Amino acid sequence: MNAKTFAAFVGPSIFLMLLFIAAPLISVFMQSFYITQPVFETVQVETCTPGFPNQTCVTEEKVQPVLGEDGKVITTVKYVGLESYVNVLEPDRAWAALKALDFGSLLTIDFWKALRFTLTFTLVTLPLVIGVGLAIAITVNNATRMIRGPIIFISLLPFIITPVIGALSIRWLFIGDGIMTAFLEWWLARDISMFAQGWTIELLMMFYRVWHVAPFAFVVFYAGLQTVNQDTLESAVIDGASRWERLRYVVIPHLMPLIVFISLIHLMDSYRVFEEIVGFSSQAYRISLQWLTYDLLTPDDSGNRSISRASASAMLTMIGIVVLLVPLLRKTWRDHKGGRV
Amino acid sequence: MLKKLLLASAMTLAVTGAASACDFENTTPVKSLSAGFEAWKAVTSFMAKCGDFEAELDQEFRTKQPAAFAADPSLYQIGGVANGTLVPLLNEGTIRPLDSLIEKYGQNLTANQLIKINGETMAVAMMVNAQHLMYREDILTDLGIPVPKTYDEVLAAAAKIKDAGVVDYPIGGTFKTGWNLGEEFVNMYLGMGGEFFGPDNSATIDNEQGVASLEMLKKLTEYMDPEYLVSDSTYVQQQFQQGKIAMANLWASRAGAMDDPNESQVVGKVKMAGAPTANARAASTLWWDGIVIAKNASDEEAEAAFRVAMNGMTPEMVKANNDVAVWLVEGYEPGPLALGVVQTAEAGALPYPASSQMGLMHTALGNGVADYLTGAKDAQTTLKDISAAYTTSAKEAGLIK
Repeated sequence: MNAKTFAAFVGPSIFLMLLFIAAPLISVFMQSFYITQPVFETVQVETCTPGFPNQTCVTEEKVQPVLGEDGKVITTVKYVGLESYVNVLEPDRAWAALKALDFGSLLTIDFWKALRFTLTFTLVTLPLVIGVGLAIAITVNNATRMIRGPIIFISLLPFIITPVIGALSIRWLFIGDGIMTAFLEWWLARDISMFAQGWTIELLMMFYRVWHVAPFAFVVFYAGLQTVNQDTLESAVIDGASRWERLRYVVIPHLMPLIVFISLIHLMDSYRVFEEIVGFSSQAYRISLQWLTYDLLTPDDSGNRSISRASASAMLTMIGIVVLLVPLLRKTWRDHKGGRV
Repeated sequence: MLKKLLLASAMTLAVTGAASACDFENTTPVKSLSAGFEAWKAVTSFMAKCGDFEAELDQEFRTKQPAAFAADPSLYQIGGVANGTLVPLLNEGTIRPLDSLIEKYGQNLTANQLIKINGETMAVAMMVNAQHLMYREDILTDLGIPVPKTYDEVLAAAAKIKDAGVVDYPIGGTFKTGWNLGEEFVNMYLGMGGEFFGPDNSATIDNEQGVASLEMLKKLTEYMDPEYLVSDSTYVQQQFQQGKIAMANLWASRAGAMDDPNESQVVGKVKMAGAPTANARAASTLWWDGIVIAKNASDEEAEAAFRVAMNGMTPEMVKANNDVAVWLVEGYEPGPLALGVVQTAEAGALPYPASSQMGLMHTALGNGVADYLTGAKDAQTTLKDISAAYTTSAKEAGLIK
């Protein structure tokens, strides 16, 4: 392929990546070092609101932003360096807690609480997704052709459902006296409240994620299974390899690049866990890094939002993903280079 | 067949007849953005009768409204607001004074409806709302419990109901982490006589009243469904309707649903009373809901919008929806359902102290109080951490130097 054709093919996608990925990223990066504040003034304000039987009027000092001549709020932009990062990480409190080996109080700081959950969530669901996906793929591959279609269709269903809707439907099965809770209560003959403590919600969230993502792993593995060298498998049978040994020494090595691929995607996706927090409304017990960013960005009743801290938190999330991906990326890179030689 | 046709045309006539129940023919496109609860549905459906009107009913309106009104021209001409959500619009100067429009078209309005800021009317209220006590009259009578007036009496009543075992949980509460839980603390803390801010906008909740409020909230949760941290107004309303709880401090706007035979199994059994008092006054805050008109709209549009809005707040609308809310609009006949709000106001409940600082404080409370209720922190630490969270965001917002 000559340089011109190459550029014509790659150019648009590089342009779009710069526009939609690089540019926002740089803007967020910059925003995390600056804060924008309105200029405030304190004024006497008399406010009258409905009361019984007559209005109540209150005169009080109110802090309100100054409006410029164009009718917009006057703002100042200030460089603050790493202050927003410090506000998110709260290193003093975290360090004090670490020194005292008091993990309980470390986990009351929002960022560290979110990091703890996000990491646990990511690392626990990863092997489960790969395991369940592989198990379904092998089962389907061994099933007779007649029922293969329906099985594939049914196993793909969870993946088709919109994540938030899926999370909500699982929540409704379990919340209060939902069908599943009622069933469990009847079966175990005891009172169960799945949403009254953190660990049960955490389990439900992980269960939901595995249920939702395993079909994706399944589809990829199933495709991979179609390309396993049948001769190798046959010779393994002749050599007396058991079913397990064939899986362990022939099938899995063949699928290894796919396993790495699924792991990469899953790590990136589940480190940004968010739908589960909203769907299961677990904020009281469990929050994730992505949710933290979202919470900082959400304006309150009075319209305040913490853009700088949200940017810092978003950058920290990205750094976290990169750190997690490094080992896998290095492996892929080495394999890639090895393949060329 | 002929009969059916006649009936059908009669119906059509009736519908078009109702559709012209507006005092003018609107030809300027008018859009509104408001919350989506029953009262707004009622008001906007009457506004729609003027024609060329589009209502957006969205419970997440508060996140859209400031930006939508800051656009020029504004994306909506009419905005539905409450105490809290009025603040960003006022701060950014995106709504207009309504005095001249009221003079022309607001003959039906009462003085109580006009929200005045420094003498200028910036919003027109249509209803008031407050959290107040709802209780199962049958249960309280059976057990010989008088209607609780203070929170200590609420606890005593709850203990008796629990011993009697007549419901799953004696108390229900809108304790969902976030805005709801923050509101519960605000109610209780004001009821205890607390002040939120010092002179330089610093937080002053780390005190006796703060601890007392947290302790009272925790005592209440002992009589609630253990899943209280995910229970919002709708959840508590359903708990009532399904006969699972006996008492709750719930929004007046939910009162009508208790007697809705399509949803409720306890029709006629749930009665209203004022919010229980804490040490100083009724532990509740008074809210109003009403309309504002965008500044970034032409005078012609604003005039049309205001006339449309006035046609939503008519005695006919109130007559058709009397029990949906505690209306401020003329023609409202306070029924038994309004008793709760009236008694709450009489017991000294304050209006919600909406301001920029309060927005930040409310968020910090909503995220922070749960740690005490779950036992992750003690009361002192919880209040100190909430103050610290508030200080961080207030500094970032520029409210504290």
